[in-house]
Amino acid sequence: MDFPMFHLDWLNDRFLIAVIAIIHVMINHGLAVGFIPYITWLEYKGVKNAPPDQITDNKWDNLIYNKMKVAFIITTTIGAMTGVGIWFSVALVSPSSIGSLIRVFYWAWFTEWVVFVTEVVLIMIYYLTWKNSNKSLNAKLKHIRFGAFLSIASWITMVIIVSILGFMMDPGNWNTDKSLLNGFTNPIYLPQLAFRTPVAMLVGGVFGMLLTTIFSRKDSEIRTKAIKYAGRWVLLWTPFAIAGAIFYWNVMPEAMKANMSTAVGSMDFEQYYDLLKYFIVGAASLSIILAIWALAKPKKVNFAVVVLPCLFVFGFLGIFERVREFVRKPYVIGNYMYSNLLREEDYPLYKKDGILKHATYASVHEITPENKVMAGRDVFILTCSRCHTTNGINSIIDVFENMYGKGKPLNEQAMATYIPAMHQGRAFMPPFPGNKKELEALVAYIKQLQESGESLQGAQSAGVAINPLNAVDEVAKGLEAEAAQNKDNETTK
Amino acid sequence: MLLQINTPVPKDIPLDLPLPEWLLVTLLIVSFLFHIIFINLMVGGSIITLWAQIKGLKNKQYDLFAYEIAKTITVNKSIAVVLGVAPLLSINTLYTVYFYSANALTGFAWIMIIPLVTIAFLLTYLHKYSWTVMSKHRGIHIGIIALSVLIFLFIPLIFLTNVNLMMFPEKWGTVKGFLSALVLPNVFPRYFEFLGACIAVTGIFIVWYNGRKNYPFEDIYYTFTRAQIKRIGYHIALIGLAAQIVFGSIVLMTLPAKGVSFEVIEIMGVAGGLLVLALWWIWKTIKDTDERLDKHFWKIAIAILAFMVCYGGSRQMYRHNALDKHQRMMASHTASFQAMSKEARESPVEEEMDLVIDESLGDLAKGTALFQASCAGCHQLDQQLVGPPIKEMKQIYEGDEEKLIAWIKAPGKKRQELMQMPGFPQIPDEDLKEIAKYILSVE
Repeated sequence: MDFPMFHLDWLNDRFLIAVIAIIHVMINHGLAVGFIPYITWLEYKGVKNAPPDQITDNKWDNLIYNKMKVAFIITTTIGAMTGVGIWFSVALVSPSSIGSLIRVFYWAWFTEWVVFVTEVVLIMIYYLTWKNSNKSLNAKLKHIRFGAFLSIASWITMVIIVSILGFMMDPGNWNTDKSLLNGFTNPIYLPQLAFRTPVAMLVGGVFGMLLTTIFSRKDSEIRTKAIKYAGRWVLLWTPFAIAGAIFYWNVMPEAMKANMSTAVGSMDFEQYYDLLKYFIVGAASLSIILAIWALAKPKKVNFAVVVLPCLFVFGFLGIFERVREFVRKPYVIGNYMYSNLLREEDYPLYKKDGILKHATYASVHEITPENKVMAGRDVFILTCSRCHTTNGINSIIDVFENMYGKGKPLNEQAMATYIPAMHQGRAFMPPFPGNKKELEALVAYIKQLQESGESLQGAQSAGVAINPLNAVDEVAKGLEAEAAQNKDNETTK
Repeated sequence: MLLQINTPVPKDIPLDLPLPEWLLVTLLIVSFLFHIIFINLMVGGSIITLWAQIKGLKNKQYDLFAYEIAKTITVNKSIAVVLGVAPLLSINTLYTVYFYSANALTGFAWIMIIPLVTIAFLLTYLHKYSWTVMSKHRGIHIGIIALSVLIFLFIPLIFLTNVNLMMFPEKWGTVKGFLSALVLPNVFPRYFEFLGACIAVTGIFIVWYNGRKNYPFEDIYYTFTRAQIKRIGYHIALIGLAAQIVFGSIVLMTLPAKGVSFEVIEIMGVAGGLLVLALWWIWKTIKDTDERLDKHFWKIAIAILAFMVCYGGSRQMYRHNALDKHQRMMASHTASFQAMSKEARESPVEEEMDLVIDESLGDLAKGTALFQASCAGCHQLDQQLVGPPIKEMKQIYEGDEEKLIAWIKAPGKKRQELMQMPGFPQIPDEDLKEIAKYILSVE
C-alpha cells in the first residue's frame, strides 16, 4: 500500500527470499555452528595424538587447517553476504512487515549483531592465528580453547535468531505485549533449537568428511583416521538429530493451526508435512549408514560416497525451512499482518472504501468500465503479487487453471464467487481485502492475463504511478479540512 | 507529460520508534563511521593492490608490497560487512518508508549487490591464495584483482543512488529503474569524493601498518625500507585528499537546495578545512627527513577522522532538513488514516459477504444465497467445474441431509481426477442446513 512494489514476475518474490535464506541457513548451520566445534575437536585430537617430541601431528593439523580454510572462505563470503541478503531481499519484497518487526525488535537485532560481530572477529582470529599457534604447545592449547569459545558464540547467534523466528510464528502475542521474551517461551522455540543444534552438528560432520576426501590422499593413514573420526561425530549426533526432528515435526501442526482460522490444515501443508516424514527417515538412515560405513570401512569412503548424503542432509535443513514458512500463513506477522502485507485491523476500512483509494501507488483510484483492467492490475499488485506471479512460479493463471481446467477459458463469474470465500476453504490464503468493484476489476485482469499471456513489471523497472488522492496536494487539503473541523468542534463545545 | 509535481505521501508504519530519535541518529552516524572506514580500506586497498601489482611487473619489490596489502583486504572486507549491518538496521528504522521506497525503485541493482559483492569477495580470496601458484601467469592474476576492483567501484554507486533517492520523494514518480535514479543530481560528485576518501584512508593505513613495531618488515622486503613505504603511503593519501577536496567542493556547490541550511554549509566548511589541514601536514611530512616521518601522523589521522564525523553529521543534517516537512505530513496522514481505520473497525459495513437474497425463492432463498457465496466458485448446477455438479450431489445424498452436512464439514477424497475439497467447519450449523436444503432441492 505505502511502498513501491518490487516484483519478480517469473522467479516469484518469495522465492527470492527463500533461496537467499536457505543458502544462508545451510552455511550458518553446516559450516559455522556445526562445523567449528567439529574442527576444534579434531584440532585437539591432533595435539593428543601427536608424536612425543612434537606439539601436534603436523600432517593431521594441516588437513584440519585446510578444512577450516574452506569453511572460513565460504562463511566470510557467501555466508556473510546471504545474511545481509536476507535483509535486502525482505526489504524489497516485504517492506511493511520487516519495517514493523524492526521497530519492535530493534534491540534483539542489535544484540544479534553484536554477537555476530564477535563471531566474525573470533572466526578470523581463530583461522588467521592457526599457523602461528603451532610454535608452542601453550599457544596451541590456547588456540584450541579459542575454538571452543568460537563454537559457543556461533551457537548463541542461533539461540537468539531462533527466538526472533519463533516470535513471528507465534500468533497473538504481537497484539498483546510485543516482547522478544515471547519468542523464547513460544511453543515452537525449544523444538526448533533442539532440531537445529544437532542437525547443524550432523551437517558439519558430513561436510567435514566430504572435505577430508578432497584434501587427503587416497589410502593415506590420516585420511582413514579423519574419516573414522567424522563417522564417530556423525554417529554421535544422529540420534539427537532424529529426536529433535521428531520433536519439531510433532509441534508443527499445532503451530500452524494456531494461525489459521479453521481447524483443518491446508492440503499443501499436509503434502509438505508428509514429505518431511520421509526426509526425517531418509536423512537419519543415510547418516547412520554413512557413519557405520566410515567406521567399518574407512578406506572405501571417497568423494562419491559422501557427496550424496552431504547434499541430502543439507536438503534436510532446507525442507524444514520450507514447511516452517507454511506455519506462518496466512499471516506474515501472527494475527497482525497478512502475507499480502495488509494489517488485519485495516480490513474493515478497505471493505468500506476499497483498497485503491488508500493505496499510495495506483494508476487508478476510481474504477470505470474503461480502466477496469488497469485497476485490476493495481489490485493484483497490491493484494496478490507478494506470493503470486502472472506467468511464473505460483502464477495466478496456474492456480486458477488447476481448479477450473488446464487451458480452458477462465470464467470471471466463477472466480468472482470464489475469491471472497477462498480464505475459508484455503486457510493459508488471507481474505480478499477489496470491495466488489475491485474484485470485478481483478478477475477481469486475470482473464486478460490468461488470454494475452502478458507479464507484470515491478516498481524496479516500471516505476510507480502516484495516486493523486495520496499525493501532497490532496493530503494537505484533507489535513486542513480535518484541522478546521476539529476547531469547529472545539468552538461548538 | 508532467503537468504537476506529484509527490506521494505514504502512510508510515504505525508503530513507535524503538528508541528516541536522537539516539537512533547517533547510533546511525557512529556505526556508519566505523563501517565506512573499513569500506574505504577495502575499496582503497584493492585499488592500491592493483596499482602496486602492475608496477610489480617491472619492480619485484612492488609485487611484495601488493601482496602485503592484498592480505589486509580480505580481513577488512569481513569487518566492513558485519559493521554495515548496524547502520543498515538504524537507517531502516529511522527512515523506513524513504529507504525501502528507494530500494524498491532501484530494486534490481539493489539486490544485485548481494551476488556481486559475494563474487568480488571470492575473487579477493582467489587472488590472495593464488599469489605463488600464479607467479608465472601474472597477467591473469592481475586480471582477477582488476575484476574485483571493478565490482568494488560499482557497488558504492548503488548505495549512493539509494541514499540520494530516499531524500527526494518528489522524484519517485519519475524514476524508472536504477539508471534513471543514478543520474539524479549529486550522486556522481559524492561518488568521486568517496573514492578520494578510500585512497586517502588507505594511504594513512599503509603508513600505520608498516610502522608497527611487531610487523616483521625486514623479513618481508629486501630493498624497500620502512621509510620508503611510509612515503608511498603519504603520497597515496595526498592524492586521495586532493581528490576529496576537489570533489567535496563540487558536492557542496551542486547540493540540491531542498536540504541546505547555513548550519549544513558551516559544518561542511569545517570538514573541508580539516581536510586542507591534513593535506598541509602530509605535505610537510613528505618534505621532511626520513626520521621525522611520524611527526604529524596522529594529527593527520585525527584530522581525517574529525572530517568524517563532521561530514557524516552534515549529511545527516541535510537529510533531516530535506525530509522534515515530508515527514511531518506523512505523520499527520498516518494519524488520520488510523483514525479512519478505527472508525471503520468500530462500525463495520455489513460483512455478510454480500448475501444476495432473492425473496421470490421463498424457503430456499437463504440456502441459495449462501451456496452462491461459499460454494459456487467450485460447484455449478449441471456441469463439473472444480468439483462435481450440484445435481450429482443430490443423487448421492438424496434423503440424507446429515451425511451431506458431515461431508461439507470434513470432506474426504472420492474422485481421483479432482482436487480434494477443503472442509468448511466454520460455517454455522443452521447455515449448513440451509445449504443442504438448497442442494437437495435442485431439479
